[in-house]
Amino acid sequence: MTDRRRLAVTKIGELATVRFSDKKIVDSGSIEEMGAEMLSLVDDDHMKHVLLNFEGVDFLSSAALNKLILMDKKVKQVGGVLRLCNLKAEILEVFTITRLTRVFDIRKSEADALKAFGVPL
Amino acid sequence: MVEPAWVWKLHERIPSNVDAGHNAIEQLMSAMTDSRWEGRDAFHIQMAAEEAMVNAVTHGNKQAADKSVEIEFRVSPQTVYMRFCDQGEGFCPDKLPDPRDDDHLECPNGRGVMLIIEMMNEVTYNKCGNEVTMIKHRSPQ
Repeated sequence: MTDRRRLAVTKIGELATVRFSDKKIVDSGSIEEMGAEMLSLVDDDHMKHVLLNFEGVDFLSSAALNKLILMDKKVKQVGGVLRLCNLKAEILEVFTITRLTRVFDIRKSEADALKAFGVPL
Repeated sequence: MVEPAWVWKLHERIPSNVDAGHNAIEQLMSAMTDSRWEGRDAFHIQMAAEEAMVNAVTHGNKQAADKSVEIEFRVSPQTVYMRFCDQGEGFCPDKLPDPRDDDHLECPNGRGVMLIIEMMNEVTYNKCGNEVTMIKHRSPQ
């Protein structure tokens, strides 16, 4: 899948850095597309590691969280690592309340996350 | 309890689909902006509204096109009231597994209801479980 509507992707070797097109990830159709596009990064583009950069995202629903959980499982299946970064305070609170901070590796900035992936800055 | 000084109200029956639900919630958010609801409080209210609406359409009415959802929103400078009533059989929120438990952490169900309860000040389900009423009071500055 190269025709992406919900994600903007930059590839660095086996690492895909991803930004979201939508400020509010809440519409069920958009969430389905977003989920399929994320999974396709592993299934079709053979990316091993994925960094999801939430800069510009103001809102996401629990249905979107479910897609992130599926993506985390997919990346782990291929021995990769999924990291999240640039979450605004309110969205980070959602991860904290749901205890999904125990599932996801969340970094403050893209630079922090890239450093954790071992990407030279 | 003194009734809040509501400055905006919406009470209608909408088609049971998420597009109609989103439109109604957008009206609510716009009215909240007019009453200077913003930041974390506004985020919490939108989260609760979206989750309740999706639950009503998807789990309550099971996406049946011939069903509807009764919505009631009220906004005052200090309080926001929301009520969603679907035409489903209802459910018992106390019987949902806690999605924060390690065994359920990656399961898809129950997270929306938990977020509603955590983010609103008052959450009440009717006996049948097909109606949720939610109240948010403005946080201290």
